Amino acid sequence: MSETYKKELTCIGCPLGCPVTVTLQDASGHCEIISVTGNTCPKGDAYARKEVTNPTRIVTTTVRVTDGAAPMVNVKTASDIPKEKISDCIAALRGVTVAAPVKIGDTILNNVAETGVAIIAAGNVTALPQEMR
Amino acid sequence: MIYHDLVIIGGGPAGLAAAVSAKDNGIDDILVIERDKEPGGILNQCIHNGFGLHTFGEELTGPEYAARFIDQVLSRGITCKKNTMAVDFSVEENRKVVTAMNREDGVFQISAGAVILAMGCRERPRGALNIPGFRPAGIYSAGTAQRLVNIEGLMPGREVVILGSGDIGLIMARRMTLEGAKVKVVAELMPYSGGLKRNIVQCLDDFNIPLKLSHTVIDIEGKKRVEAVTIAQVDENGRPVPGTEERYTCDTLLLSCGLIPENELSRSAGIHINSITSGPVVSDALETSADGVFACGNVLHVHDLVDYVSQEAAAAGKNAARFLRKNKTRHQEQIELVAENGVRYTVPSFLRPAEMDDTVTVRFRVDGVYRNHTITVCYDGRPAARRKRPVMAPGEMEQVILRREELALCPDLKRIAIRIEKA
Ligand SMILES: Cc1cc2nc3c(=O)[nH]c(=O)nc-3n(C[C@H](O)[C@H](O)[C@H](O)COP(=O)(O)OP(=O)(O)OC[C@H]3O[C@@H](n4cnc5c(N)ncnc54)[C@H](O)[C@@H]3O)c2cc1C
Ligand code: SF4
Repeated sequence: MSETYKKELTCIGCPLGCPVTVTLQDASGHCEIISVTGNTCPKGDAYARKEVTNPTRIVTTTVRVTDGAAPMVNVKTASDIPKEKISDCIAALRGVTVAAPVKIGDTILNNVAETGVAIIAAGNVTALPQEMR
Repeated sequence: MIYHDLVIIGGGPAGLAAAVSAKDNGIDDILVIERDKEPGGILNQCIHNGFGLHTFGEELTGPEYAARFIDQVLSRGITCKKNTMAVDFSVEENRKVVTAMNREDGVFQISAGAVILAMGCRERPRGALNIPGFRPAGIYSAGTAQRLVNIEGLMPGREVVILGSGDIGLIMARRMTLEGAKVKVVAELMPYSGGLKRNIVQCLDDFNIPLKLSHTVIDIEGKKRVEAVTIAQVDENGRPVPGTEERYTCDTLLLSCGLIPENELSRSAGIHINSITSGPVVSDALETSADGVFACGNVLHVHDLVDYVSQEAAAAGKNAARFLRKNKTRHQEQIELVAENGVRYTVPSFLRPAEMDDTVTVRFRVDGVYRNHTITVCYDGRPAARRKRPVMAPGEMEQVILRREELALCPDLKRIAIRIEKA
């Protein structure tokens, strides 16, 4: 019988912010959820299970723009990516520049950090007129 | 002097939504004045996602949310004068004059049939930092740091301590971490955070950044640049507790001490200001003490969700359109709205029952954390409605909806109180 351990989370499903405890057990290479307690409603249970098995986040940051009306543009992952890939994702974007104009939804980078998810623009930057570059 | 039926001061989410709504309610001659080079307001520097969950059913970044409203304004042919700052506003005998300036036109005056104030808010000054002495470089407000990083692409520092756990501070903790800085601690004077729970989880917990409640900064070291910051626990009276000092070496101190509505123009026009919200006193139509002058968004009271800003602004736009259409015979009859027992303020401050819409949303904030309490609405001291809330906190705005038909059942009603009671 392998050992059980607990993870403490805060549910973000609503302002109540229930402190949720997930009890896990190591079972031959993967961990199994034994129980979820502390949640007030089923949303908290679902949230906690996802958070301990496959936590994901949308990542947002900025990249540099050349010849644009603004020096930076807001970009984001087109869908959520595994939480542990956040820093790889940011690292992959370091040094990336795009040429203006940039439009919301433009693909900036495909398959960021081997996640299968693209980085897309989340802001618009117009190009500077030729004489102002 | 130029004339426009409706002049909107500020092209942030509030000003944009108000313009769209006024146009859709039949007003064609609208001018939006924006001092920045692009409309969108504070959203342009809020590159995180989480905007528009209520309005669009999806989580957008700030610039994406702003772009949707900018598109709506442009597609309706509404004029937005950018790089233009309103420098004065006066109201005399129903004559409303906005003085503005920009590079091309210099200083010019616009007379307006109606005006919507949508100037947003600014960060509270450093007052919260009660430390005497010298101020080295490396101390920024969280909003300034946000602008530097997200708009200019500049990093304010590498090792960071944050004072204040408002949303901007929390969001900057994550942002600076992702950009390679080490955020050592977030200290919060109050025993609770003023920020949204979701931001605490996703901006601090995700990155193992400690949040120290009931703590404040008591010393800053460094001559030219910040070198270290000492924080200490505070007692119930806000006094540092000896022996709890912790010193953090760092080159940057961010202050996230809250926001305050930007009402210099409102004051110069003699508009009455609510001392608690620092925003104008308004009726259910969001009309200020000056006839035909309306207010919405963060200039009225600080919002944490832009969706509510857009809703409030749409109401202001509609009411301004109604004001412009009709020859107003003002009904003097008013019902006072009062914040009591745990409620800090209400917006609006009073209703004009003869003119009110079918429903009026009253927004307010509570003064502390309340678990298992009710929001009680009293008509002239008599409880008329109760709603149970498992938890309420100062960081999250609350609301109640008043219905005209219910108020009509109480013809002599003078005072509606909103209070927090034990469930
Ligand atoms: C850091 C931060 C994070 C946030 N995070 C979220 C979030 O995750 N989700 C969410 O829903 N909401 C969030 N909000 C809240 C939301 O962004 C704001 O409530 C909203 O932007 C307020 O809109 P506004 O139009 O009232 O003000 P602003 O956006 O401040 O716009 C005011 C505009 O008026 C202009 N102006 C001011 N004075 C003048 C003048 N004299 N002449 C001409 N123009 C003038 C300004 O330049 C500005 O463009 C956040 C806010 C901040 C600050
Ligand atoms: S468990 Fe349910 S009640 Fe508790 S925070 Fe999550 S969503 Fe809200």
